[in-house]
Amino acid sequence: MDMPVLSLRNLTVDIPTRHGTLRPVDDVSWDIAAGEILGVVGESGAGKSMTGNAVIGLLDPPAHISAGEVLLEGERIDNYTLAQMRRVRGKRIGMVFQDPLTSLNPLLTIGEQLSETILRHLDVSRSEADARAIQGLDEVGIPSARNRMGAYPHEFSGGMRQRVVIALALCAEPTLLIADEPTTALDVSVQAQIIALLKRLCRERGMAAMLVTHDMGVIAETADRVAVMYAGRLAEIGPVSQIVGQPRHPYTDGLMASTPAASAGQARLRQIPGAMPRLNRMPDGCAFHPRCPRAQDKCRVNPGPKVGTADERAACWFPIEQDEAAA
Amino acid sequence: MSNLPDATRQGVEPLDRMEPAEVVQPSRWRSIWDADVTWSFRHSPVAVVAAVVTLAMILSAIFAPWIATTNPFDPASLNLMNGFSRPGVPNAFTGESFWLGTDDQGRDVWSTILYGLRISLFVGFMAVLFALVLGVLLGLLAGYVGGWVETIIMRVADVQLTFPSILVALLIFGVARGVIPIEYRDQMAIWVLIVAIGLSDWVQFARVVRGATLVEKNKEYVQAARLIGRKPGAIMLKHILPNVLSPVLVIATISLALAIIAEATLSFLGVGAPPTQPSLGTLIRIGQDFLFSGEWWILFFPALTLLALALSVNLLGDWLRDALNPRLR
Amino acid sequence: MSLVSVQNLTRVFDVSKPWLNRVIERLPKRMLTAVSDVSFEIPARTTYALVGESGSGKSTIGKMVVGLLRPTEGHVEIEGVDLVTETDAAVIDRIRSDIQMIFQDPFASLNPRWRVRDIIVEPVAARGGDTVGLAEKLLTQVGLSPDDAGKYPHQFSGGQRQRICVARALASEPKLIVCDEPTSALDVSVQAQVLNLMSDLKDEHGLTYLFISHDLTVVRHMADTIGVLYLGRLVEEAAPGDLFTKPAHPYTAMLIEAAPRLDAFGREVEPPEGEIPDPTDPPSGCAFHPRCPLATEICSVERPRLEAFGSGRVACHHAGEIALKGAA
Repeated sequence: MDMPVLSLRNLTVDIPTRHGTLRPVDDVSWDIAAGEILGVVGESGAGKSMTGNAVIGLLDPPAHISAGEVLLEGERIDNYTLAQMRRVRGKRIGMVFQDPLTSLNPLLTIGEQLSETILRHLDVSRSEADARAIQGLDEVGIPSARNRMGAYPHEFSGGMRQRVVIALALCAEPTLLIADEPTTALDVSVQAQIIALLKRLCRERGMAAMLVTHDMGVIAETADRVAVMYAGRLAEIGPVSQIVGQPRHPYTDGLMASTPAASAGQARLRQIPGAMPRLNRMPDGCAFHPRCPRAQDKCRVNPGPKVGTADERAACWFPIEQDEAAA
Repeated sequence: MSNLPDATRQGVEPLDRMEPAEVVQPSRWRSIWDADVTWSFRHSPVAVVAAVVTLAMILSAIFAPWIATTNPFDPASLNLMNGFSRPGVPNAFTGESFWLGTDDQGRDVWSTILYGLRISLFVGFMAVLFALVLGVLLGLLAGYVGGWVETIIMRVADVQLTFPSILVALLIFGVARGVIPIEYRDQMAIWVLIVAIGLSDWVQFARVVRGATLVEKNKEYVQAARLIGRKPGAIMLKHILPNVLSPVLVIATISLALAIIAEATLSFLGVGAPPTQPSLGTLIRIGQDFLFSGEWWILFFPALTLLALALSVNLLGDWLRDALNPRLR
Repeated sequence: MSLVSVQNLTRVFDVSKPWLNRVIERLPKRMLTAVSDVSFEIPARTTYALVGESGSGKSTIGKMVVGLLRPTEGHVEIEGVDLVTETDAAVIDRIRSDIQMIFQDPFASLNPRWRVRDIIVEPVAARGGDTVGLAEKLLTQVGLSPDDAGKYPHQFSGGQRQRICVARALASEPKLIVCDEPTSALDVSVQAQVLNLMSDLKDEHGLTYLFISHDLTVVRHMADTIGVLYLGRLVEEAAPGDLFTKPAHPYTAMLIEAAPRLDAFGREVEPPEGEIPDPTDPPSGCAFHPRCPLATEICSVERPRLEAFGSGRVACHHAGEIALKGAA
């Protein structure tokens, strides 16, 4: 197998506070291969956005990577200086966030922003940069791209703005795209457009992507593989069809079953009792055990088996077996 | 599109699990005095020292009649022979010793400072209270009602802001002087001072409260209260007011220092507290006459007290602003 | 008889720039018609859902139904009473206590300075009713502990706060609860808890819901009747069974197809064309015609009327001609 584009090795993020150290990301490992979309799902506070921010070196102090490694194409980047990291961001890692307005400078035309980014990261002439910018806008489906180069961000609708952000993220031809809730602020019809766009661009460019979202439907339609996070830890990781179709971790199972779409026509939705623990009140053992129907004594003491690199998909001592699910 | 009334805010991802909020049994104190604030207080030596100094001054002002060696305004207790005693040196005529010295009339400077502190603090607190009540009410009204009510209140505030507040106070003081009959002047002087300083200071309260009210009134808990038919007055006072108070607290503290200085300035200019009820400012004005004839202590100790008081209160306000600021919504 | 009757409801917002700017820049007034000529009925003890994307006017309708906004035209009758024109204070008070609302943001809808007990009983206390033990009883009903009454909102998670909102909505024993995106700020597993709770309470208390959401899957689960809104107009109304299998309006079909599905790994959807037009300047005729695959000449000229179609109603010149791509 080729070298993965992004490898996380036991990535751990700590936030020291005066009440003790919080651990929003705990021992997370995974690989993303070229051309692969890894969907990262979890509920709010599961650590999925924090993981993305750790990869691109944008953790807000006092949060910091306290253990583990981030490897971009085999090269360790978690110990890069701020200046080195700035060259990585935009050039080798493209980023798309939830709110397109925060990623765009309201005072510059989108043409200026695109050309600037291209000139900063690639060794091309000014006119070449402009040409590439137009080509980039074209590629993300902005109609009459040449004429819109002089437009300001506020002159675009929400969906078009997100397209511009994607063009901006991709203009320096990065090998990895990190998209954090890219469609959450958009309407359903526009969301479908953006998802289709992201999928097409990843396929065409052979780019690896990490898609962070809370929306199971978006993940199911977009991702090749899925990582399910719970309370900062990786609960389960595997191919999308298996995660959605035959979940092994009881949390994944509960998450899938509680979406209204899954139980269409039933009077009641399946629900997981309780809520995710706060970071400062983490239970011992498996973080999910207080809500888990399968929990036994072992789960209250030992965190689940490690996942991400070994064969085991789910961090669970008593995973759901396939014959069980069928019954 | 952004001004659509029902633009859906999806993806509201609360970070409440990130906060290290301890789940303690709720106490009455917790609602007012958030644990984070007390922590920040304990870890700020400047704030602790400022608070101790301020508290000591307030207490000595309250208990002045018991702490002071004499009542400097009771003519019976004065001995003119004690005039101009140097600090800590026994008087040449009477042999009495005053550790901060005496003034020309033989009044003990230590005692006059304690009594002066009383007037200064009383005027300061009352003026801030007056400005606070007025400013908060007008700010709430402007923010919640809006329309022409808001326009009038805020334009008046803007106009007043273009004048230095000491000028406004002088103006109000001058007008009051003309209106009040001469026999009541000394009696009313303190109250005129309070109103003058308070009126010159309400604007910042009103502006801050209006801004906070504009934010709060669109929150859904206010809509929920409107829905069940609560009257606007009840919504403003019971729902919105408690949620806009933390910035008000900061401004009130900083205003207190400013009000004390304003009072001292007015009294120094001779338009403030009368010599029968001297404040720190009056004492400084009196002391000034003797500075160049060598009796420095009559000016120095009241001035030092004023400086220490204003500085401590101001530092306290600065700390409070920093401690509450990240949490201001 | 219907509990709620909405007739020809219209709401226009003035979104012009301030007067002085308008005069200097010689701009005309800009009006935004957020809701236009919407009529529907909600029979007692049923759930009527309004779905639509941003700018569809769904929340504005909700606010007019509960009386937080006045209609520009048309009226809302609850139990035959129009709160805008009714003058008898006793009647107004009775109807008011029959209406409650649950909001989207569980963090903004509870006063952070109030104890949970005071928050829950406010609808009753404001009318001088008896509140002894009420908060504790309601907290138990929504699945929280009676001890929680003495706590403050910040001590609860998002899902628990939404339960407190539900408890407050129940306090005055209302007949109608308007739910404005009640679960869109919640996580999936918590959303399921809250939706189940709302279903249970509906049966126990004989409640009627007006359920406002952008999420088709949630609406399908909760509603007895669904009204689909596009740019302030009702374009289709039907029972969920019919709506999701045989949508009659092309916009409804587009929404259903665009919604991501769990069972469709790697589904290659043909994404819908275009975006929602500027509501201050809506297209002529049928507002959907620029994005509609079925649009013909008449669609850009004449606005279709909302007419009975099958078991529901639809406003389309080509009603029923659309077919879903792929089975729903």
